[in-house]
Amino acid sequence: MKLTVKYFAQLREQLGESETWAWPASAAPEAKGQPATVGALRQWLQGRSPAHAQALHDTVPMRAALNQCLCSADDALVDGAEVAFFPPVTGG
Amino acid sequence: MDVPVLTVRVDAADFDVGQEIAQLRHAHPGVGAVVSFVGTVRELHPGADDPASGLVLEHYPGMTERSIEAMAQTLVARHQLKGVTVVHRVGRLMQGEQIVLVLVAASHRREAFMACECLMDWLKGEAPLWKKEFDRDGERWVMANDRDTQALARWGVRIGAAQ
Repeated sequence: MKLTVKYFAQLREQLGESETWAWPASAAPEAKGQPATVGALRQWLQGRSPAHAQALHDTVPMRAALNQCLCSADDALVDGAEVAFFPPVTGG
Repeated sequence: MDVPVLTVRVDAADFDVGQEIAQLRHAHPGVGAVVSFVGTVRELHPGADDPASGLVLEHYPGMTERSIEAMAQTLVARHQLKGVTVVHRVGRLMQGEQIVLVLVAASHRREAFMACECLMDWLKGEAPLWKKEFDRDGERWVMANDRDTQALARWGVRIGAAQ
């Protein structure tokens, strides 16, 4: 499964603007009988580097968007999706 | 034709409130009420002489515009609005500069006031925009606060419903 992951605000400063991942079949949640969700992607990304582990840690307040729509951790990923992680918003 | 007019812009350029109101009213010259809200960059340290302070606004190109449009459309339907204009600036803004404009046109003032306040609360709570403060001591990201979440909750608009 190929995914483009985008980061904004603090996360962008820590991890860069965006990265494209080809989720290896062996590491994909389906291989372990689990659904491929936005939450599973966050867990997997935490293992990519110490910076990822820190920036995407479970205790960091975070929102996510799937194909530019706000989503929850339970939402299912689709091949080619654009997933964005970012802090709670502060506009206006 | 009595089609509601929706204008949403997210960019670095400043806006002219009078010109935006004139454009909104042009489509509906017989409208009874236009309510406007202008958000500006407040001074970070009231009383202190720090004119070099301000905000940097970051957004998610594409998603930010679409999410605000969806919010505006929801409120147009809910309150039978005649038109909505939202202009949100991004980039580096100095203390005192305009950040955001919300205009709501409706037949009566009550709907216009309510929709304008609701749209501001909704935008603050859900539109993908992030603020970073800067002053002579450096820069820091602004944290979301519970007050804004509570302000949004009272309108009964579902979190995430704008998309």
